[in-house]
Amino acid sequence: MAKDKMVPVPSNSIVPERDVDKTPILETHHLGIDFGGLTAVDELTLAVGRTEIAGLIGPNGAGKTTVFNLLTNVYQPTRGTIMLDGKSTARKNTEQVNRMGIARTFQNIRLFSNMSVLDNVKVGLHNSIKQPLISSITRLFGYRASEKKSRDEAMELLKFFKMEDMANHQAGSLPYGAQRRLEIARALATHPGIILLDEPAAGMNPSETAELMENIRRIRDNFNIAVMLIEHDMNLVMNICEGICVLDHGKVIAKGTPEEIKSNPKVIEAYLGKKKEAK
Amino acid sequence: MRFPVKRSENAFICLKNRDGPNENCKMTFVCTNGAKSETVKEGVNMTFISNLINGISLGSVYAIIALGYTMVYGIAKMLNFAHGDVIMVGAYISYCASSYLGFSPVLSVLLAMVVCTVLGVAIEAFAYRPLRRSGSLAVLITAIGVSYLLQNVALLIWGSNPKAFKSLVTFGSISLFDGKLIITAESIVTVIACIIIMVGLSLFTKKSKMGKAMRAVSEDKDAAELMGINVNVTISLTFAIGSALAAIAGVLLCSAYPTLQPTTGSMPGIKAFTAAVFGGIGSIPGAMIGGILLGIIEIFSKSYISTALSDAIVFAVLIVVLLVKPTGLLGKKITEKV
Amino acid sequence: MNKTRKLSKFTLTNIKCYGMIIVAFAVLYPMLKMNMISNKISGLLIPICAYIVMAISLNLTVGFLGELSLGHAGFMSVGAFSGVITVACMQSGLPAPVKLLAAIIIGGIMAGILGLIIGIPVIRLKGDYLAIVTLAFGEIIKNIINCLYIGVDGSGLHFSMKSAEALNLSDGKIILNGPQGAVGVSKIATFFAGVLLILFALFVVLNLVNSKTGRAVTAIRDNRIAAESVGINITKYKLTAFIISAVIAGMAGALYGLNFSTIAAKKFDFNTSILILVFVVLGGMGNIPGTIIATTLLYMLPEMLRQFSDYRMLIYAIVLILVMLATNSPRAKVFANKIVGIFKKNNETDGEGDVSNG
Repeated sequence: MAKDKMVPVPSNSIVPERDVDKTPILETHHLGIDFGGLTAVDELTLAVGRTEIAGLIGPNGAGKTTVFNLLTNVYQPTRGTIMLDGKSTARKNTEQVNRMGIARTFQNIRLFSNMSVLDNVKVGLHNSIKQPLISSITRLFGYRASEKKSRDEAMELLKFFKMEDMANHQAGSLPYGAQRRLEIARALATHPGIILLDEPAAGMNPSETAELMENIRRIRDNFNIAVMLIEHDMNLVMNICEGICVLDHGKVIAKGTPEEIKSNPKVIEAYLGKKKEAK
Repeated sequence: MRFPVKRSENAFICLKNRDGPNENCKMTFVCTNGAKSETVKEGVNMTFISNLINGISLGSVYAIIALGYTMVYGIAKMLNFAHGDVIMVGAYISYCASSYLGFSPVLSVLLAMVVCTVLGVAIEAFAYRPLRRSGSLAVLITAIGVSYLLQNVALLIWGSNPKAFKSLVTFGSISLFDGKLIITAESIVTVIACIIIMVGLSLFTKKSKMGKAMRAVSEDKDAAELMGINVNVTISLTFAIGSALAAIAGVLLCSAYPTLQPTTGSMPGIKAFTAAVFGGIGSIPGAMIGGILLGIIEIFSKSYISTALSDAIVFAVLIVVLLVKPTGLLGKKITEKV
Repeated sequence: MNKTRKLSKFTLTNIKCYGMIIVAFAVLYPMLKMNMISNKISGLLIPICAYIVMAISLNLTVGFLGELSLGHAGFMSVGAFSGVITVACMQSGLPAPVKLLAAIIIGGIMAGILGLIIGIPVIRLKGDYLAIVTLAFGEIIKNIINCLYIGVDGSGLHFSMKSAEALNLSDGKIILNGPQGAVGVSKIATFFAGVLLILFALFVVLNLVNSKTGRAVTAIRDNRIAAESVGINITKYKLTAFIISAVIAGMAGALYGLNFSTIAAKKFDFNTSILILVFVVLGGMGNIPGTIIATTLLYMLPEMLRQFSDYRMLIYAIVLILVMLATNSPRAKVFANKIVGIFKKNNETDGEGDVSNG
């Protein structure tokens, strides 16, 4: 089956070319946004393959989260286009973009903290469950079937992240790592074609990070979707990403495989600084 | 009219008479000397001007009250619903001081300011401070409780019968254009007081150390505390200033609309709050502009459209403004960080 | 184990709510029939029912949708007057329950339409600005009804904004007489109908909260940006909750209006909106059983305090402030925990005490 194209890779080795579906699911062309007079992102052109794990890295303040906000139309771009699966997302709002197939997590976790873990995932399933208002209110007309379906699907997703025991806990009371996993589970519940992870490993210890890497690979393999992540943990990025894009001051300074990025002098300069930097 | 208005040339509009369209709350400014204006055009102009002056004057009262709302909101991030009732207390105090104790107008206003300041600080310390870290709704309900409390204490002390408030402005009105346009002393005093307060407050918040502390607290309470600013003192000071202004507003309001009841403060309170939102809550010039615009709109809709619908028109304008500018005329744009 | 606990939490709320109302009805109704209740109390029963429904409805907006509404009495007002007009227009031969049902339905529909009209602009705003606009709408509704004259005669309904004479009624009667409000209303509201209406409101709100729609609404309250990011149409669900809340409020208004022979628009002013908000906040936001209890107690309180005559509203105000301080101040919470701690030690109960709703 085409789904079984990936072999678990020992985490230290880097496999630049694998059997990854490189036909793009997400493309941006000359994307840019200005805030007032400030150009936050400029001339961003990139493509993410259908089952690719892509990384977006760069120093602090490079505009990485802004890129995610552009991709999810939280901000409307000043210039350029975003194509999702061949369709432009211009003039759509965040909610519509999600329905078109982009799901995301947030740098500072945004859960529905007063709701249960299970309900958080059920909210993610919102658009795939058919339950008209009338059956919501009357508990008739297919209410039970739709509730069962959403419950089953949600539990399956929780099992995927080994969180089924926590299903009835309040989301806000979960430990940090579990909250991050729940956020990913909720994003996956929307049946996306690509999932954007904003610093998924932030604040995690090495063993949690290793588990996260494993999870990201499993997400791609099981759900057969693309993953794009922003991360400062270079070990994680270099290990799991097939393509990396480096951003500095809102501009792409390098693109390529982990190997190429590692040896790129511009990248080193962006991270470590120039000798004579003009102010 | 429901309440006897003694000085008919001074009564702009009786605020309490909002219930019926039949109550003749007409402008008594225009052509009071019986000599009906010969030229219709001039008469219309005079009506317009006197309405405008009335509007600015009423608006100035709203603005002074709105300043109290806006400062407290800016710093404590709470809607102090009891503010309107502090106005009422201020009016009663100055009424008692001048009627029973025979104080001079200035002295009775000062007494009212002192009492209201103490009251405002006490309310903050006992009712609001314990709730500072809890939700805004809890504080809102407490403020409503305080409002009921003040109204009912006033009811017990002064009774429910409206008191005829004797204007504390002792000099007479100015007559212009052969008596075709009369500007009451109250409106002159109100506008001047409003300007002085506005300038004084702006200077205070911009230049003085305490004012800077207030601005810092309104930006970020925790950061301000880390910088060594005593947040409790700053908030108390805000309530003190707001309440002192409420006392002035109370006296001015009741000098112009001379009926005083325990509920006198609530409707002007709501209107002033609306004015504060109108101008952009948290902004001092916003409160000023919002108040004056609201006063003008109210007087104009009363005299040109319908007395009974004037409140509806005022609120409708507010809604339109908020839909066009969701944070009010001078409000800061809220940006949400994703 | 988790499964049963989760299930029981929902069923528990249901049992609490429905049980409370049914038991209260079962006790009060026979007493009412046997004239065992003083006139003063029996006169309160229907208003209490109406206010409970109002509080349930406002809890949907404030507790579940998380938006502060300061103009809820406006919907009640519209419901009340549409209900009164409906009854006045119906043939007198019809049995009272039919008229009442029609009035409640029309009241709900009219309030719902108004909810839609108000909701579209209102839900674009946030926080305090939304609150002030609902306040403004409440005042506008009060003001407009205050100058509305409606009469009915053989040729149908007549409207006027000027005076009763402007209606040009040939032989009919005036239903709504401007600031005097509706006069000569047939008092057809019954306690039984009130209880049924509460049960209906409970059915709608409790079911809604535990459904796909309810989850979407609560998700928007908890984190709007996250809700958007998982594909929830914010406008649609906010508006849905707002309209349902308005419909229920309109129904409560119709019941309330048909309990008095005269009813004026100023009865539904800002203070009434605040009163209902107090019920909701003290009962606990998102806590329906708490709301029912708080409404009943707080509505009865001023009546109970009648013997203190002038002091009763003062006592009410002090009780309100003290309850807010006691339930919300961190110091009071520490104190309460200490007491609970002592209590628990004495009883040696297991520590599995469920988090009380709130």
